[in-house]
Amino acid sequence: MLASIAFYVLSVIAVLSALAVITVRNPVHSVLFLILTFCTSAGLFVLLGAEFLAMLLVVVYVGAVAVLFLFVVMMLDVDFAELKQGFLSYMPIGAIIALALFSELALVASASMSAQGAPISIATEQASEITNAEAIGQVLYTDYLLVFQMAGLVLFVAMIGAIVLTLRHRPGVKKQDIAAQVGRKRSEGVELKDIRPGQGLG
Amino acid sequence: MEITLAHYLFVAAALFTIGVFGIFVNRKNVIIILMSIELVLLSVNINLVAFSAHLQNLQGQIFAMMVLTVAAAEAAVGLAILVTYFRNRGNIAVEDINQMRG
Repeated sequence: MLASIAFYVLSVIAVLSALAVITVRNPVHSVLFLILTFCTSAGLFVLLGAEFLAMLLVVVYVGAVAVLFLFVVMMLDVDFAELKQGFLSYMPIGAIIALALFSELALVASASMSAQGAPISIATEQASEITNAEAIGQVLYTDYLLVFQMAGLVLFVAMIGAIVLTLRHRPGVKKQDIAAQVGRKRSEGVELKDIRPGQGLG
Repeated sequence: MEITLAHYLFVAAALFTIGVFGIFVNRKNVIIILMSIELVLLSVNINLVAFSAHLQNLQGQIFAMMVLTVAAAEAAVGLAILVTYFRNRGNIAVEDINQMRG
């Protein structure tokens, strides 16, 4: 019963905040609503017994992706009110397509409801006495090792891509050049003067 | 009333639809479009995890992790492109981006 109430509360908050993401005027509020959507979805994952994925969602999406969005929204000095124009002109066609899409998806979902209405089990791994994280770890590092490595490769390539895209060399900025620093000769740094006694540097 | 698989499918369908709708109505704002794509990927993740719990099979959760990875990479590269574009052009209007082809 409690799980049902939690499901309804979380899903209503998730859907409403997702709607707010695309409708609010201020993009900073948009990002904050996106964070709320991710957090409530993490709650839904906990209800489904996927605790590890829920924590991953909070750490990766809220901690990394949403904060990255927040950085970019605050860094770019754009007139967002101007970008909001055309919202109403695209509204009708967008609403028609969204309604059609949702009714199709809901039709499929309701078909699955009438086909097998067995309640979805909370915490799939409770019977076998190991935690969700342990169960995932047991298959992730054995059966899905290649997939795991591919995920690492995807992140690596994305990291390199982001760095290459945003790196720029500005002229006139003083920076440490280690190669020049290490590679310089003695003759470039030290000059020997032969000074006769009693005459000074003159 | 017990929560069944279909309930989760309805939530995921709603989030997916909102994501697609967001791409339609915020045609001019790339940042909101990227956020809408995140919403779509999140709804896919909810579907995968719901089926994983329904079928008592961990494969869905592994796949959801991969979707998460790709979503993070996509956000990072997309925002990097956006920052570079803003640096060159001074705005992020989507209509002008087609002038970049070449």
